[in-house]
Amino acid sequence: MSSDDITLNSQQLLPLYRMMALIRRTEEQLARSHQMGLVPGPCHTYVGEEAIAAGVCAKLRDDDVVFSTHRGHGHALAKGVSPRAVAAELFGKATGCSQGRGGSMHLFAPEIGLMGTSGIVGPSILQGAGAGYSFKLLGSDQVSVAFFGDGAVSNGAFHEGLNLAAIWDLPVIFVCEDNMYATEVPFREATRVQDVAERASVSYDMAAVCVDGNDVLAVRQASEAAVARARAGEGPSLIECKTYRTRPHAEGMRDGGYRTDEEMAAWKRRDPIASYGAWLLENGHASEGGLEAIEAEVNATVDEAIEFARSSPFPDPATASDFIFSAGV
Amino acid sequence: MREITYTEAAREALTEQMAVDPSIFVVGEGIGERGGNFNTTLGLYEKYGPMRLRDTPIVERGFVGMCAGAAMTGTRPVVDFMFIDFILDSMGELLNQISKIQYMSSGRIKMPIVLRGCIGIGGAAATHHSGSYYPLFVHIPGFRVALPSTPYDAKGLLKTALTGDDPVLFLEHKLLLNRRGPVPEEEYKLPFGQAAVAREGSDATVVALAVMAPKALAVCDELAKEGLDIEVIDPRTLAPLDMGTILESVRKTGRLLIADETFGPCGIGAEISAQVMEESFDDLDAPIARLNGAHTPTPYSPSLESAIIPDNVAIAKAIRDLVAE
Repeated sequence: MSSDDITLNSQQLLPLYRMMALIRRTEEQLARSHQMGLVPGPCHTYVGEEAIAAGVCAKLRDDDVVFSTHRGHGHALAKGVSPRAVAAELFGKATGCSQGRGGSMHLFAPEIGLMGTSGIVGPSILQGAGAGYSFKLLGSDQVSVAFFGDGAVSNGAFHEGLNLAAIWDLPVIFVCEDNMYATEVPFREATRVQDVAERASVSYDMAAVCVDGNDVLAVRQASEAAVARARAGEGPSLIECKTYRTRPHAEGMRDGGYRTDEEMAAWKRRDPIASYGAWLLENGHASEGGLEAIEAEVNATVDEAIEFARSSPFPDPATASDFIFSAGV
Repeated sequence: MREITYTEAAREALTEQMAVDPSIFVVGEGIGERGGNFNTTLGLYEKYGPMRLRDTPIVERGFVGMCAGAAMTGTRPVVDFMFIDFILDSMGELLNQISKIQYMSSGRIKMPIVLRGCIGIGGAAATHHSGSYYPLFVHIPGFRVALPSTPYDAKGLLKTALTGDDPVLFLEHKLLLNRRGPVPEEEYKLPFGQAAVAREGSDATVVALAVMAPKALAVCDELAKEGLDIEVIDPRTLAPLDMGTILESVRKTGRLLIADETFGPCGIGAEISAQVMEESFDDLDAPIARLNGAHTPTPYSPSLESAIIPDNVAIAKAIRDLVAE
């Protein structure tokens, strides 16, 4: 753990652990449900990357907004969407957070600032900038967060969105989750400049840092600085988080041919939850019993959420064309 | 009633709404101090300043995607494309995001965004400054498409666009921009999905879109001298499309021509024709006719350009042929 922030106490430290455990357990259960045929569509997990969502969102208010990706379960949960609403959405149920219209790639909970996960790489960056434009125009101190992967940073949306946010000093935080592979294409083969923070700072004159994305305290600290900058009207920031996904791109997909067992094993040894748990114990912030109690509570919450999803009704087919337009013409 | 130009009428709608709704802002290239290539925002920068008249770099995808995020979070962007051809660089943001987010969020997120630009062939603008493209947007669920042909309609429809919560394509044919017409000074809005019967008649119905509407009206005035009594309908919005007014007219006249400058295949005429046959086949006394511009990119040279547009002679011939069936 990189943090030497002595002001952190267990009231701030333990929720980070709980959130990462909640994301992990929810996704493990969703993956199992997918194998059992209970998730009818795609399921892209965030396993191994939990520290980023937990660390970034720990510094956000409910009225701050998040624009997410196809790998967005963690962002949704960290922004405060319940495991029930996420699980039910993946099960295609009426009680899901998108009422069964979205699935894994289209999670929405605008009432708490989750403005959507997405099946397309790039638009989160532009929409995040646009929310920043709204907040600036309306004189609000809300901030906007755009999550995206290394797969987005050679896309035009990255360059256009960062440039617009920079020239207009928008209150936006760009969070790049570099998990080394765009689906299965290695980042090292996709660009000459793998330093995403440098792209932001050199090309767009933006405040940018690169952190260990498996270190929740490092991510949290970077988020704290970026949120403060945005709220103070000092413009956008980029946080580059180096991380790794330890499950396939999507559940049920063949995972071979693009990465090695050794690489996988090395990253699993750097698991963000296990390493943070060890740090909490070593530094006297938690006891083994305390962490076990958190895990037990999380497991019960998730088990209940999966049961809720399973027992919820499917949406009424008569509503399939509802909500295309706002009410009235 | 006073007469003002089409552009003045639309600009009046914009500035009046910007005065009452501080969440409206405009983005585009040269729409700030310069006032817009087509004077769409002339004088507005002085009133509303740079945050609300936002000149942009030439990044259509970027600022359209950005405006999607803005519309989702409490403001009302107006994207001024200048020439609508430039919209094509932002199609992913439009078709995958802007048209779908209200649906995917089960109505909890609104998408109040106006996408405006000049369409149509004229002035040797050649193929990157002459497109129309509205059938693409009519095909996609989630868009409103307004196609005003008069100053009165331009103001009333833009007011509706700026006060609704849906994405609206507001398309201005460049040959209509300087046409003058009566526009009341008092406040009014025109609902979407309400066609105008621009000319009443009993021998045949002509549905005429955008610049084809004034052309058809001029032609029908001439044909009246030959004793032909033609009804001209301007749908004004294509999504929603007021089929009720068209069907009512066809039941009266038994004959239908759809005149549209843009392409025929999979176009608005094909759609109207199919719907009339589904709903009112027995009322038809003749096959439905379509008159479209040529299915070709727009050429530059005036001799080629004029060859691909239905002119008044072609419209008159199509109507005479229809009535003779």
